[in-house]
Amino acid sequence: MRTPLKNVRRLGSAKDGTDHFWRQRLTAVGALLLLPFMLWFAITLFGADYQTVRQTLASPIVAILLVVFIVTSAVHMRLGMQVIIEDYVHTDGTKIALLMLNTFFAVLIGLAGTYAVLKMSFGVAM
Amino acid sequence: MAEAKARELPRIERPLSPHLQVFSPLINMVMSIVHRITGAALYFGSLLLVWWLLAAASGPEQFATVNWFFGTFIGKIILFGYTWALIHHALGGIRHLIWDTGLAFDLKSVDILCWGTIIGSVTLTVLIWAVVLLGGGA
Repeated sequence: MRTPLKNVRRLGSAKDGTDHFWRQRLTAVGALLLLPFMLWFAITLFGADYQTVRQTLASPIVAILLVVFIVTSAVHMRLGMQVIIEDYVHTDGTKIALLMLNTFFAVLIGLAGTYAVLKMSFGVAM
Repeated sequence: MAEAKARELPRIERPLSPHLQVFSPLINMVMSIVHRITGAALYFGSLLLVWWLLAAASGPEQFATVNWFFGTFIGKIILFGYTWALIHHALGGIRHLIWDTGLAFDLKSVDILCWGTIIGSVTLTVLIWAVVLLGGGA
């Protein structure tokens, strides 16, 4: 039921709740599909020396799957932390500042991870 | 104009739902809380993966430093915790995806799924680390 209440009290819903829900699930399924690859990656390279790591990362398949995982995770964790902030922080100024920081952090993680993988991948002969 | 006016309106005191402390801890409640905690831990744990990747991209010396750190006792403890958080959050995520379809909301299924999450995550984490440590990776 719609009432004029939202017009007089605060701003009402931002109307992107479904989009948020869907993206959270979409990235969750994406990350789950990539989890076996990431486990293989971590188990194989734990404690491995520099040469082995660079050789593994020279593979286009490994690099692409890594980048997809990094971007998927960055989007997923940004949405998740957004909900945590909205749940616990009720002061407008602090909340808005933290929401901005959250986005900055997620973008930075996503870009830094992608940059590192691409730097190791581009220009390397297999 | 309209926004400025809305701000001046007093907040209405609404009834609050009871705080968490009044409930006795049931497994589904504990798993819900742990799902959020592991999610937040993975959020900051993403720094570990990016640190490792950037070091590998920077050169052998930088990589050696990071590799040394992860090889120390504290480094391994952190990675063990990171592994568990990842697996636990993943299994918890599967549980939530099942619930998203509207299935498994009866108490027995809820209990099975929740206990399955914690038992599964601990078992898988121990298995993975057994493979890592016995496989000579360390």
